[in-house]
Amino acid sequence: MSDTTRASRQSRRGFLQALGAMGAAAVLPGTAEAAARREELATLHDLSRCIGCGACVTACRETNARKHPNPQKPFPKMLPNRVKVSDWSERRDVTDRLTPYNWLTIQSISVEHAGRTHEIHIPRRCMHCQNPPCANLCPWGAARKQADGIVRIEDDACMGGSKCRSVCPWMIPQRQTGVGIYLDLLPSLAGNGVMFKCDRCYDRIEQGQLPACVEICPLEVQKIGPREKIVARAHELAERMGGYLYGETENGGTNTIYVSPVPFEKLDAALDADTAQGRPHLGPAPDRLGLEQKLAWAFVAAPLAGLAAGLRAGRKKDA
Amino acid sequence: MPKPVAARWFRIVYGLSVAALAISGMAQMPIFKRYYLADIPGLGWLAHYFVTHHVHYFAALPFLGITIYAFVRYLRDWRRGMRLSALGLARALVVGVLIASGVLRVLKNRPDLFFGPALVQALDFVHLGAAVLFGLLVLAAVLARRKPYLVASAAAGSGGGAHLG
Ligand code: HEM
Ligand code: SF4
Ligand code: SF4
Repeated sequence: MSDTTRASRQSRRGFLQALGAMGAAAVLPGTAEAAARREELATLHDLSRCIGCGACVTACRETNARKHPNPQKPFPKMLPNRVKVSDWSERRDVTDRLTPYNWLTIQSISVEHAGRTHEIHIPRRCMHCQNPPCANLCPWGAARKQADGIVRIEDDACMGGSKCRSVCPWMIPQRQTGVGIYLDLLPSLAGNGVMFKCDRCYDRIEQGQLPACVEICPLEVQKIGPREKIVARAHELAERMGGYLYGETENGGTNTIYVSPVPFEKLDAALDADTAQGRPHLGPAPDRLGLEQKLAWAFVAAPLAGLAAGLRAGRKKDA
Repeated sequence: MPKPVAARWFRIVYGLSVAALAISGMAQMPIFKRYYLADIPGLGWLAHYFVTHHVHYFAALPFLGITIYAFVRYLRDWRRGMRLSALGLARALVVGVLIASGVLRVLKNRPDLFFGPALVQALDFVHLGAAVLFGLLVLAAVLARRKPYLVASAAAGSGGGAHLG
């Protein structure tokens, strides 16, 4: 039996266990089968339910603590001194923004809509884009997309150059200096640590468990399931509450879909978002690799044109 | 100087697209800002990943067209009386690897095609390795004054080289 089949059998069994334990509330039907077929799973956040208790933040930190960085100090000197050291190791407790030690943060706002005041809490983490620029553009293949829709950064391949963060519409990945393979290469000249972000508990999913944040939530804000089912569920939910969606089409489509009773333009306007400071926006996010898709036909046409020109010129005497 | 086999337009398109690919390719790594090169007036675009990514795509198009053209011409015409020099053959093979890995990277950037993490990582290193090797081979060809890809074959016996790129 191959590793893949073993892992998927295991995850199928595990998902069924999780289903039993959770009374099926957080797991959509068909999830185990989709996981076994290695199809994309997505999550749905019902923002009308979240009370901002922070249980998911704590669960994420505890569950993933063993993946958090333990940097060596002093840090290597940078030549030239252009790139700043990014050190969160003395501020591991920060939870009001994304950091290498905090992969999930809750944004809380009070907004007026349709004559009512809404207290909205938005758990924010990586969206797990369907065509993630962070992974597509990582020069080292450290940021990667898995078949199950998880986008994660392999910590022993990441150089910490932060390109994933620059190309992410929400600037999600966070850098910690003083860890990773760059230390074994040319630490003064290239690299600056490792980038960290939510990996949707890939290791728990492999074991057939739920992501920690999904499992812990007392209000069952999140659901997980095959993407089409999650999208369908999100639309039903939005229809029922007269609500709005974020994440279905953003950046060309993501595997994290928020449903809110308040339009996202209003939430974004009310948010004290500071995307570059680990407090991501909720604004428009056009497909960052959109032009690349539109150029596809040209990659067929160019070689054909070369071929045709070569055959035609070949018949004539000179070049 | 022996007369180049390929026309002037060919050599210009080839040279410009290789230069654009090399620069925009290097810019895919986070180095131009770090080493202040993007601070030089006029070079700021080198630090914008999407700009350089688009430049790489747009430069790859003429490069693809022209290398296929050259390949066809080589098979049909240029082979006669000419052969690839050692450095020419080496560069041609590396260009083949660059194109194969580059096209696969373009396909990988499409949402409807899924490449596993291991394959993506392998392509990264093959493409980067081939780019570095290509740079070294060009340098070697320039230093050895053996720039032409094609030289007169022994049978033709003229001894001179001919410029292709
Ligand atoms: C002389 C020819 C070329 C040179 C010197 C060159 C060089 C480079 C370098 C240095 C990189 C960055 C390193 C890396 O991430 O692996 C890169 C990335 C890339 N190259 Fe090229 N390249 C060439 C031709 C091509 C061609 C013909 C294509 C497409 C048909 C292509 C597509 C790409 C793509 C798509 C990426 C980057 C990032 C991504 O995966 O989206 N390259 N290239
Ligand atoms: S899925 Fe896991 S890693 Fe992601 S935010 Fe939830 S607990 Fe954290
Ligand atoms: S949200 Fe950002 S970090 Fe997460 S997958 Fe998308 S591009 Fe990558």
